[in-house]
Amino acid sequence: MSVIAKDILQPEIIEDTRPDMLVCKDIAKIYPTPKGDYTVLSDLQLTIKKGEFISIIGHSGCGKSTLLTMIAGLNDISKGAVYVDGNEVRGAGPDRAVVFQSPSLFPWMTALQNVMIGVKQVFPHATKKQKQDICKYYLDKVGLGNDFNKRASELSQGMQQRVGIARGFALKPKVLLLDEPFGMLDSLTRGELQDVLLEVWQKEQITAIMVTHDVDESIFLADRVIMMTSGPYAKIGDELRIPFERPRNRVDILEHPDYYQYRGYLMDFLNH
Amino acid sequence: MKERILQLTGIQAFLAPWISVIKGEEVQKNVQALLKSYIYPLLSILLFIGIWHAGATYLFNKEATAKIEKARTERGEAGALEMQNCIISGDVSCQPNTLPSPAKVWDAYLSLLADHKIISAKKDAFDLKVAKTNEKRIAKGQDPITYTGRPSFVDQIKTSLKTVFAGFLLAAFIAIPIGIVIGLSTTLRTSFNWLIQILKPVSPVVWLLLVFMIVKTVMSDSDMDKSFMISFISVGLCSMWATLVNTSMGVSTVDKDFVNVAKVLKLSIGQNIFKVVLPSSLPMIFTGLRITLSVAWMVLIAIELLAQSPGLGSFVWEEFQNGASDSNAKIIVAMFVIGMIGFMLDRIMMVVQKMMSFNK
Repeated sequence: MSVIAKDILQPEIIEDTRPDMLVCKDIAKIYPTPKGDYTVLSDLQLTIKKGEFISIIGHSGCGKSTLLTMIAGLNDISKGAVYVDGNEVRGAGPDRAVVFQSPSLFPWMTALQNVMIGVKQVFPHATKKQKQDICKYYLDKVGLGNDFNKRASELSQGMQQRVGIARGFALKPKVLLLDEPFGMLDSLTRGELQDVLLEVWQKEQITAIMVTHDVDESIFLADRVIMMTSGPYAKIGDELRIPFERPRNRVDILEHPDYYQYRGYLMDFLNH
Repeated sequence: MKERILQLTGIQAFLAPWISVIKGEEVQKNVQALLKSYIYPLLSILLFIGIWHAGATYLFNKEATAKIEKARTERGEAGALEMQNCIISGDVSCQPNTLPSPAKVWDAYLSLLADHKIISAKKDAFDLKVAKTNEKRIAKGQDPITYTGRPSFVDQIKTSLKTVFAGFLLAAFIAIPIGIVIGLSTTLRTSFNWLIQILKPVSPVVWLLLVFMIVKTVMSDSDMDKSFMISFISVGLCSMWATLVNTSMGVSTVDKDFVNVAKVLKLSIGQNIFKVVLPSSLPMIFTGLRITLSVAWMVLIAIELLAQSPGLGSFVWEEFQNGASDSNAKIIVAMFVIGMIGFMLDRIMMVVQKMMSFNK
């Protein structure tokens, strides 16, 4: 199947009237090495609207995770600035919750405690009951309704990542950052977790950025797919709006007449 | 809980083949398992005792020949014959002084037990006799009269355990907090590293002398048990290094993901230490404590021996100086007792260590 040019695929320019939630302005990441500076990212511009779900795809090592950790505040920004809701980002914080690639739960805590430790930070003045209710609500939403008190180390990888997602949403962040959260899972579990994520996201409408190298995942989840060029000096190469109706259903998306054209367009970008 | 302890201590695995054989399940496989886990270890012990016996007999004969020869050169043929008869008769006065055979060690063990019974009977009788007087003395605010007779072998073991436990606690109380502080900061770690590396290999004997110098001055007018203080502080100082190094290592190598989560959640320093850093380094800390306890038990004997403080070490030393006919055998009894207690302590620590690790 030949790839359709973008001006045919998405001819109209739709103005998104929602306010900006996240703005990356001229940001760069430079690692000093003995042989001189190594520039991973340079002059990167990105604006994300409130309530938008975007996914970032690119080859391994192109710097997409670096971008995400810079937005999260876990990685220093060499040049430029990141603004969340109009304020410049300094350091990490719960307003930019992260779901990491490895579940990163504290294995000595129960599922509930793992969510609770975050909720306590964000809602210090809530009563114990309220905090518990928040934790239980999200754990229930991700399908751990019966395993509140199981230790994280007793849960399977997929279950642990569910807790990770619950923790992310329970923080009520302004932006939810997902760093290849399903990369370590088998394809069946990955599908289940994509559904879970989408379901919770549909309710919360939190601005979300997901780094992935799975093209199907990026189309299924996102409103907009950002394509990054390969490093060094990586930047945003192209972007594609995915205008499928929400709430989305996997079968409907896969059967959608445009699906393979979107997929073909993304694959074409990655292969060149 | 009970099942978990059985499993952790290895008792379950230890008993499983017996149970299966008795029940008649998979007899052939379980008999093989029995062979492997009981018969072969027993055989190796028998082999060890056999070699020991042969070696001891050889040494005994060599020493006996030397004695007879000496008697011959000193007192002629008659003296040699007399010595030979004396040795064969088993008379205590002329036995060759060398490595005792397993049978003699067993006899010495029994005699030590008997000795313990006699001493504890004496002690009970004494306590009964002074009970009334003591009550009066306590009522008056005076110290009660205590038994001051010779301690039995079992008493010595108790004293040693007490010393090693005190030393171990001291080591833990010093090493864990310092380890955490050092582990948290790269600057502190690099600045203390040399000092730690230099002090770590210092011999127990030198620590003892150092502690002696300090304690002697600090406690010059105190009536506390100085020799106990010296020995337990030395034990603590010798053994704390493993815990110190392991704690700082554990704290400094907390999983990067955990550190990132703590950053995203903006945990305070206190929360970070108690909720993230400490729990995640507990397995390492307990590995360190296990090494510390085994080192503490190992150096204890040498330290007690030098510090003249009561315990197994001084027992060994006194027996060595004593030179009675069964002294050597008693020293070997002490050796095995020390070994077995060390083994038991290590097993206990292993269980604790396994309970503390969360990656099961």
